[in-house]
Amino acid sequence: MVFRYRNLPGSLDQFRDEMDRLVSGLLSAVPDGGRLWRGQPAINLWETEEALMAEIEVPGVKNDQIDISVIGEQLTLKVEVPDESAEGVLYHRRERPVGSFSRVIPLPHGVDAEQVQAELHDGVLTITMPKTEAAKPRKISVKAN
Amino acid sequence: MNTDTNITKATSEQLTPAEYTRTGDYYRPNVDILEKEDELLVLADMPGATRDKLDIEFEEGMLTIHARVEPRQPEGTTFVRREFGVGDFYRTFQVGEAVDAGAISAELSGGVLTLHLPKTEQVRRRKIEVKSA
Repeated sequence: MVFRYRNLPGSLDQFRDEMDRLVSGLLSAVPDGGRLWRGQPAINLWETEEALMAEIEVPGVKNDQIDISVIGEQLTLKVEVPDESAEGVLYHRRERPVGSFSRVIPLPHGVDAEQVQAELHDGVLTITMPKTEAAKPRKISVKAN
Repeated sequence: MNTDTNITKATSEQLTPAEYTRTGDYYRPNVDILEKEDELLVLADMPGATRDKLDIEFEEGMLTIHARVEPRQPEGTTFVRREFGVGDFYRTFQVGEAVDAGAISAELSGGVLTLHLPKTEQVRRRKIEVKSA
């Protein structure tokens, strides 16, 4: 089996069997404790011609629970995932992370901080950081003699 | 600065087994399973999943959720940092007879799938009344 890395901070039982048992009233089910987001969320960073792009997976998180800032060559991200566990509810399994996290990501070059935009769709946060003119690839035209 | 184009690991992250299939990588979504008075609730984190590409099947006590997720970056993209892969989500559950399979319903919002599994009538009515002396 080949393993790929996911954004799953705090999950301890990664080698669990694929078949999950889900039986109402199962007395032997030991509910997993709530997992705080101990680690940091995974981030993908890639380049386009016009911008530096970042994506982070934040399922179940709302816009106002996300804080993004770009200062110099650093992207700072803060996310708050509220604990929505209710009273009188029995957890048979609890794997989805809750809690707050903050991460500072070094960028490969400067970006136009004023023009940074972020969008949240279906639990995926995409950050567009337009490159400064200096960072864009420049086409150099060759003048004919 | 990390210019590695391979998938690299941040020290605090854990692994999830993904199985290679003909069509790509599959990932196992994190779930919360809660029991309420009248139903079981399954919440699954499936960032990037959309309703049109979501399959939920129930057959002979086996509940299967499968979300097809397309890659979000074009092929040949130069990654500065790549800490997670984008691919389909897949997970199966064995559901006990205490669930009314015909009444299972689902919602998908913000990348979170919520499955309602109502308990059967017999289970609900199994409340024992405590009469006062």
